[in-house]
Amino acid sequence: MNGALNIALAALILGLAVWSVIAREILAAIIGFVAYGLLLTLVWVQLQGIDVALTEAAIGGGLTGILLFGAAARLRDSATAPDAEPAPARVRWLAASVSAAVSAGLIICVFSLPDPAPTLAPAVAANIAVTEVGNPITAVLLAFRAMDTLLEAIVLVFALIGVWSLAADTVWGGRPGQRPVGDPNGMLTYAARILPPLGLMIGAYIFWVGADYPGGKFQGATLLAAMWLLILLAGLSDAPRIDRPALRIGLVLGPLAFIAIGLAGMLTAGSVLAYPDGFAKPLIVTIELALLPSLTLVLGLLLLGTPERSDEQ
Amino acid sequence: MSVILDIFTLLAVVTGGFFFLAGTVGLLRFPDTLSRLHALTKADNLGLGLVVLGLLPQTGSFMLGLKLIIVWVLVLFASATASQLIACKVRAGLSK
Repeated sequence: MNGALNIALAALILGLAVWSVIAREILAAIIGFVAYGLLLTLVWVQLQGIDVALTEAAIGGGLTGILLFGAAARLRDSATAPDAEPAPARVRWLAASVSAAVSAGLIICVFSLPDPAPTLAPAVAANIAVTEVGNPITAVLLAFRAMDTLLEAIVLVFALIGVWSLAADTVWGGRPGQRPVGDPNGMLTYAARILPPLGLMIGAYIFWVGADYPGGKFQGATLLAAMWLLILLAGLSDAPRIDRPALRIGLVLGPLAFIAIGLAGMLTAGSVLAYPDGFAKPLIVTIELALLPSLTLVLGLLLLGTPERSDEQ
Repeated sequence: MSVILDIFTLLAVVTGGFFFLAGTVGLLRFPDTLSRLHALTKADNLGLGLVVLGLLPQTGSFMLGLKLIIVWVLVLFASATASQLIACKVRAGLSK
């Protein structure tokens, strides 16, 4: 029964992937992609990867969809719409054959993996109790592979700087996005007044249980960012100026705290990103707590895009 | 007792599944956007509601049950809001 379900799921995902690629209408392709992300969430649940499933649902199914809708709206507004002039057939054939070659390479790699696959899982399982963190994913991400997590947090800030650097000189330091025009009696405004308290609570909860159960800073931050965007979308508040010092401090606070604790490990535990005995859990929770607001700001601001208006206008 | 609860779960979840199926058929077959929205919200409200109701006796803990109910209420709120927004857009387009 479960096998049939899995095969149906895989077939549906493949179908949606093809649909997203060949759909003529760009909005239809995006909706297909979002549905694809949500189905992928079910695959992660089937693979017992609940943490990954939560992230996929929040980022793949949620934020990426909004990002793509924003990009589509921008393309429609600009004169160089992609559907104005379709790519020549040979370019499309080239793209298709490169994609097919990459897929074939991946399939060959997956099938030629040694069996049993080389794994560090037993070593990790034997030492995980040292971290005192109940959720093994959080323990691995912030103790055994802390470097990856640190770089991930930094790369997001870099991505945001990249987005900001596309701004015109005249509006540098201004506010991203269009000035919101909210309808004070509209449904969206109503939702933006009712939902955020609940969203804040659930975001904080998902962050907090991350120490012992699936969840954590990334999933929590995505929810918090979504609530912030909802308020901005409804016009209840305006996006911040990107040259505000408080905003910039908030953006780098998490990575800086992570780096500081990592360097302190050199003195207290003998190597970078090591935690002294008995302090692993409090330090991990501190890092996660510092990363939460930074990630919320980065994710929200990435979706808001480049600065487009200075206050004088 | 547990057999009765299991039967209740089975009935409620299957009925919920039926509403999802009916909602999907409606989404595909109904002629205009407003009636398609109507079909879709029936799937969310009744379908998910019945599935959640059916799962409640199986949770075995009060908090888990409460979370399921919150999920249902949140989906209700989100789908009602989204339907209103789409319907407003459609009506604005019709009256032009």
